[in-house]
Amino acid sequence: MSEDFTLAELMIVASSEAWRGNGEVLASGIGVVPRLGAGLAKLTHSPELMMTDSEAYLVEEPVPLGPRGAYVPKFSGYMSFARVFDCVWGGRRHVMIGPIQIDRFGQTNLSGIGDPFKPKVQMLGMRGLPGNSISHMNSMFVPNHGPRVFVSGEVDVVGGVGYNPARWPTGASDRHVDLRLIITDLCVMDFGGPRHAIRLRSLHPGVALEQVRAATGFPLLAEQFVPTTTGPTAEQLAIIRRLDPHGMRAAVIKGNPSALAPRATAKPS
Amino acid sequence: MFDKTLTASAVVASLRDGMTIGIGGWGPRRKPMVLVREMLRSDLKELTIVAYGGPDVGMLCAAGKVRRLYYGFVSLDAIPVEPWFRRAREAGGIEAHELDEGLLQWGLRAAAMRVPFLPTRVGLATDVLKVNPDFRTVQSPYADGEVLLAMPALNLDVALIHVDRADRLGNVQTIGPDPYFDEQFARAAQRTFVSCEELSDRLDLSYSADARFNVIERSYITGVVPARFGAHPTSNPPSYGWDMEHLKTYTALATEAGGWERYVSEFIAAPEAGYVERVGGAARLAALPPPVF
Repeated sequence: MSEDFTLAELMIVASSEAWRGNGEVLASGIGVVPRLGAGLAKLTHSPELMMTDSEAYLVEEPVPLGPRGAYVPKFSGYMSFARVFDCVWGGRRHVMIGPIQIDRFGQTNLSGIGDPFKPKVQMLGMRGLPGNSISHMNSMFVPNHGPRVFVSGEVDVVGGVGYNPARWPTGASDRHVDLRLIITDLCVMDFGGPRHAIRLRSLHPGVALEQVRAATGFPLLAEQFVPTTTGPTAEQLAIIRRLDPHGMRAAVIKGNPSALAPRATAKPS
Repeated sequence: MFDKTLTASAVVASLRDGMTIGIGGWGPRRKPMVLVREMLRSDLKELTIVAYGGPDVGMLCAAGKVRRLYYGFVSLDAIPVEPWFRRAREAGGIEAHELDEGLLQWGLRAAAMRVPFLPTRVGLATDVLKVNPDFRTVQSPYADGEVLLAMPALNLDVALIHVDRADRLGNVQTIGPDPYFDEQFARAAQRTFVSCEELSDRLDLSYSADARFNVIERSYITGVVPARFGAHPTSNPPSYGWDMEHLKTYTALATEAGGWERYVSEFIAAPEAGYVERVGGAARLAALPPPVF
């Protein structure tokens, strides 16, 4: 770590770890930080990953975000939406998305808030969550870690499946469910607790365990000593800047704080 | 030979209240908006709409034409939640059958294959089953005995799709990089109508080398409606991008009293012949840049 870096850049590096050692899978990072994380993974520790131009073609060089200037993406293969579905069902994919709610089971919601028959707030819809979550590796990105996202009960609308036995019909198979990392603005979590319970994996610099627990609607498992999330190296920062030449990552977290800046001790609920 | 060309109003005149209508494209991409607008001008009602939704679904919801909706999402992409769909949903005014995106395709495939359902794990252990209470599971008859979701066929009365090129026989070509699921919509439907940017007498004579862009064979195509810029305000890559300026205006109206009536009177109520002029003219639309992702 040779210089100061932003919280968003820390989260990009943490996101990239989700795709380490996955093999030759389609790395789909939805949103600025997950997409940069996937690109960083491919350009550093996991060159075998596959990525798209976010439209219909596979690329071997991650496409930089935003207007491209003289850069012309070079296509190595084809990945229409129909092929993405086939890829999902075949399991050779790892997607990271930002759900609006996540519960203790890892169930996720992108549909809306409230009663699905008459939502208080209608959001995007199920999109690909049911298929993604039951077919291949999934990780989650949360730029605003708080109890409205990490809800105390179940999510209002279960789009992505989780490790909730009550939800699984007798005889149904959860053998391809593979929830990996949750990257937030406070910490990194995984599903490494008993019966896949959500567990704290690392705290971002300056964040206290109690702060994360207060911002999480369900009990959060943690070892006695929790490591600090590793920041970017100079090489990683250079790659991030190259993949995000217009600085779109600066708009992900309000105020674009440094990762090393002092943290407020409580989050509003 | 024969000639399948007709007008958008003739297409809509052949539709009936209560029909199940599938609309091709994906979100704000390659929607047969010229046909949707003609539906908005009609007194059609109580429709069941099946779509990867964009402004097509939003406008039909705003106009009160949708009774039941099968969708994986309804989005304007850069504007994540379709504003008029959102209003209709939050008012509780439509029977919403929310689906996984792939599950929607599976329903169309079942219809296309003329089977009652296709098995899948997708949707199990989620609220897909809650918001689609008629969905059932099925047990594998083989040694594994696995319980799967039986995704029912989404049988369409009519599919509407937009293509770049068509001929009078009903041959079509879609040039854009992703054909989306237009083929499956057509195969799932009793009748399919296409709007097209360019009409040829014979595609085999004018664009023979591009025959591999033929997304669906002509036996599925009932009628062809020539309509340059017929996908506007959605994109039709590579020839034009979506009209985000227009979509922003459309979105802003969703939070204004009388907003829909204003949108209709400004852009839709007058005949389609003047539509391109009303939204800025052909030169402007031809210059709409493809979106960069």
